[in-house]
Amino acid sequence: MAKHLARPRSAGPLFIAPFMALFLLLFLAPLGYAAYLSLFQEKLVGGTSFVGLDNYVTALKDPQLREGVIRVATFFVIQVPLMLLLALLFALALDSGLLRLSRVIRLGIFVPYAVPSVVATLMWGYLYGPDFGPFAQLSDKLSLPAPHFLTDSWMLGSLANIVTWEFVGYNMIILYAALRTIPQDLYEAAALDGAGAWRIAWSIKLPALRPALTLTLLFSVIGSFQLFNEPNLLLKIVPDVIDSSYTANLYAYTLAFTSQQINYAAAVSFLLGLLIVIISYAFLLTANRRRPA
Amino acid sequence: MTTTTPPAGGVVPAADKAPKAAEQRRRPARRTSTPLTIAMLAVLAYFLLPLLWLLIASTKSTRDLINTFGLWFSDAPQLLTNIRLTFTQDDGVFAHWLLNTVLYAGVSAVGAAILAAAAGYGFAKFRFRGNGAAFNLVLGAVMVPATALAIPTYLLFAKVGLVNTPWAIILPSLVSPFGLYLMRVYAQDAVPDSILEAARMDGAGEFRIFSQIVLRLLAPGLVTVLLFTLVATWNNYFLPLIMLNDPDLYPVTVGLSSWAAQAQNGGAGASSDMLALVVTGSMISVIPLVVAFLMLQRYWQSGLATGGVKQ
Repeated sequence: MAKHLARPRSAGPLFIAPFMALFLLLFLAPLGYAAYLSLFQEKLVGGTSFVGLDNYVTALKDPQLREGVIRVATFFVIQVPLMLLLALLFALALDSGLLRLSRVIRLGIFVPYAVPSVVATLMWGYLYGPDFGPFAQLSDKLSLPAPHFLTDSWMLGSLANIVTWEFVGYNMIILYAALRTIPQDLYEAAALDGAGAWRIAWSIKLPALRPALTLTLLFSVIGSFQLFNEPNLLLKIVPDVIDSSYTANLYAYTLAFTSQQINYAAAVSFLLGLLIVIISYAFLLTANRRRPA
Repeated sequence: MTTTTPPAGGVVPAADKAPKAAEQRRRPARRTSTPLTIAMLAVLAYFLLPLLWLLIASTKSTRDLINTFGLWFSDAPQLLTNIRLTFTQDDGVFAHWLLNTVLYAGVSAVGAAILAAAAGYGFAKFRFRGNGAAFNLVLGAVMVPATALAIPTYLLFAKVGLVNTPWAIILPSLVSPFGLYLMRVYAQDAVPDSILEAARMDGAGEFRIFSQIVLRLLAPGLVTVLLFTLVATWNNYFLPLIMLNDPDLYPVTVGLSSWAAQAQNGGAGASSDMLALVVTGSMISVIPLVVAFLMLQRYWQSGLATGGVKQ
């Protein structure tokens, strides 16, 4: 018996070893290396020298970084609630059983997730186009002023539209999948007690969705603050609207690969990572506190 | 007041049978709503019209792209010409990009799914020292932004000569913290302890139990991780943008963006045709993943159900 118990216990680490080995090499080692790099500075004279937290002090005062962070924070505050609300509404509509063609609708909304963000951005970039985009063409035919999707004041909204288009379906599917696991007896019991469709949605479905909502919110925090692909591609179309520090992530990339300021870039990405971790944990803690014991 | 207590996130029936049973029970019970259906069809239009535009645009020459209405065909559709031009431009580099993408995404997805399945099973079904700590460490890593990781990874890879090789894309994609999380949750429910006990009684080794019994039970979760890693690597732009500078090694995403930049810059010479190539290339690169999702939907949806509900 003792031998029989001992075997599985020793096999556990063997199963996780390959994953953990790669994890250490490809996650923790680069992070450690970045932390190390961020403490140095390359000087014109005298090569690389240890400067302690100087890079972080510079980063905290850096107006370009601050603007980038404020921009992604604004994006997050507006785009994410909108996207998750839409995902939630779509998931509830699909789950209500009131839809015809529900399978087609469900997969159709999800399809953009399978489209590479590069393709999505190029596509929307052309659709937004002031000359031959369909929106411009339509307003031209109707003799209306063409919408200026790619101008300074519209850009954040245009980006939000692309990201929403890409990810509503993904979030919807997660929420929908969670809804499908609610036992039917709960609905029947609630209906017997006189609860209507809205009451059931509010009192049964929403509480049951809390873990799934937390998950989608978490992914959205990470995604928004890392915004890179979409602005980086639109930058090539409208370089005068999007600059190389438009988002914090784009700024870190530019520092590392265009300006060759590796050490400073490491500090900037570290700060960005820290910010994401703090916000994510704040959401996790709030979600856990509200959950009934 | 209702007498029912709301489930607090712990409700996970066997994921593969729950949705089916629910669907059967629900269908005859309620009527459908026409206004809601119409509203959702309008929603559907928003998601599909851009793709329809892409499909239509891929039948046009660059000149027609600019001069004709975007959501209808031009007088001279030339889809096949466009496809031929896309594949012959720059000595057929687009085919290289597609093959590279298939290679990077395929190897990464299969590798990541197997690694995550083994580790998820290890975490779910074995008690050993450091189990919880190691798992939380990996989970915390989900929050580490790609940039914080990509820049030092690039520098490390440059030191060991991995930059500008396929490994620079494949290796980092093999580790999927979310995949591990999903597989652990999945293994907890889908692999009954009694089966493991019985197999051990029969004298089966741990590795044999895993490869012959557990992997089969984990199939829906495995497909989910496989598919989502496939998408993540297929659509990855940031990592290959940093790691690769040889166009022959580019995946489709980086390749297309380099063509798009050419189309943007050049009005003259060969690049004046680039716009049609970018559009057609984009259209071609979308098809494989959409097909994969449609074909495997039964599996990945039930796999996601588990991951989304439990925490």
